[in-house]
Amino acid sequence: MSEAAVAWMLVSTALVLLMTPALGFFYGGLVRSKNVLNTLMMSFAAAAVVGLVWALIGYSLAFAPGSPVVGDLSHAMLRGVGLEASGEIPHVLFMCFQGTFAVITAALISGALVERMRFGPYLAFIGLWALLIYAPVAHWVWGGGWLAGLGALDFAGGTVVHVNAGIAAVVAALVLGRRRDYGRQAILPHNIPFMLLGAMLLWLGWFGFNAGSALGANEIAALALANTMLAPMATVFVWLLLDLVRSGKATAVGVATAIVVGLVAVTPAAGFVSPLSAIVLGAIAAFPSYFVLIWRARTRLDDSLDVFAAHGVGGLTGAVLTGVFAEESWNGVANGLLFGNPQQVVVQIVAILAVVAYTAVGTFVILRAIGLVTALRVAERAERLGLDIVEHGEQAYTSGEGAVLLLRSGRVGEAPVLGEPAVKRAGGTS
Amino acid sequence: MKLIVAIIRPEKLNDVLEALFRAEVRGLTISAAQGHGGETEQVETYRGTMVKMELSPKIRLDIGVSDHFVEPTVEAILRAARTGEVGDGKVFVLPVERVYRIRTGERDEAAVTPVV
Repeated sequence: MSEAAVAWMLVSTALVLLMTPALGFFYGGLVRSKNVLNTLMMSFAAAAVVGLVWALIGYSLAFAPGSPVVGDLSHAMLRGVGLEASGEIPHVLFMCFQGTFAVITAALISGALVERMRFGPYLAFIGLWALLIYAPVAHWVWGGGWLAGLGALDFAGGTVVHVNAGIAAVVAALVLGRRRDYGRQAILPHNIPFMLLGAMLLWLGWFGFNAGSALGANEIAALALANTMLAPMATVFVWLLLDLVRSGKATAVGVATAIVVGLVAVTPAAGFVSPLSAIVLGAIAAFPSYFVLIWRARTRLDDSLDVFAAHGVGGLTGAVLTGVFAEESWNGVANGLLFGNPQQVVVQIVAILAVVAYTAVGTFVILRAIGLVTALRVAERAERLGLDIVEHGEQAYTSGEGAVLLLRSGRVGEAPVLGEPAVKRAGGTS
Repeated sequence: MKLIVAIIRPEKLNDVLEALFRAEVRGLTISAAQGHGGETEQVETYRGTMVKMELSPKIRLDIGVSDHFVEPTVEAILRAARTGEVGDGKVFVLPVERVYRIRTGERDEAAVTPVV
């Protein structure tokens, strides 16, 4: 074990966990004020539900030895996950680091479900999804599964995390159906500063996500960090130009979106490509996501916060370009197309197709199964009123005016009450 | 000329605006309001503190119209703002002494007739 590695991975794990609340604010800023708490809760609750599911069973399915398709249950209930070395760090730290990835991946899907999904079924969905979809896919690529055997390159989760969540989001949006207002009324973001703050915190956390995926305090971590810094800068720059050319205005929502798209695209490549390649990769990645975003908004597909355009398309672009720009002289692992190994692009595409097919079918089955037991959507009236009040009994921005304190006995406080009959107030016996 | 004041549910605003535009009612002012009309209370909980929201958020519309527009306007609001549950709101029709259009100084009927 290396002390430097342990120190860096302790920090990285905390940084990646920070990404989930950051995502909550990124998404929360994009919805209407009547749904902001529900949207934030979708991320915060994912930490609890998916984190526990991961520790108890998911980690074992992903990282225990087993078949090339899925791990066995030898590490279930954290059996044999102790302080012994796993690579350069304690096994239990590796389990936690990977757990933060499961949490953010499941939370990413919520962007396609906002403003209409009931909270209970949502919790059931992400718990099952993390177990049945995320864990096996993580096993394929990182747990010694069949895609690792093929030589697919996915440094920090372009395919496992982002393509996976992006496709799940499309399927979930289709199963759930559109918001009632979608395509009929303008639905505007209620707090764009939240979104920018969320994007910035995601970027910060992503240094742990990508540079931490080196699983050590070493040269590859430094390379991944440099690429994680540079690629999104290029994406933001190109995005600003596209905005300016298209509408004459450089938008703040555009910048926040571009940060995420750049980060997503560089994720699979972070430890495999040169910093200069990362800049080119980030710049290229702006184009497909930018135009898919515009196209999607004109369709009837209510992938409400564009999880597919940002994570699906960004992840796809990044995964393919990893096969183009990978350089053995930097990483000692593999060369890509530009360095004499066209075969790598084919392997990357096979990995993408496998994950797309599995997650599409699996997500559909899980949601339909939950839908057989209970309704997935809130009632129309709840959708109009907003999910904050209906699902959580709270408002994000309340003036407090007109709020009357209810005492434990069920009686109301001393303030005059408009709705209570006078007799009941005077009697005070209730 | 009349001033029509309507108090409606916020979630019905879009429906009401759509109905008003269909009825060719063009000039209006809206404002956020709070009020109580006997609807069932909303109970909320903050760290164990339970509160009953006695005042519900409402939207107030102020619409100045010439006499022959009163009925279509009221009709449109009644139809679009109704859910059938307590708390749908009220529509008031008030007499108006005088109206001026600030830009031109026109008054009364002319001031509430939309510019074509």
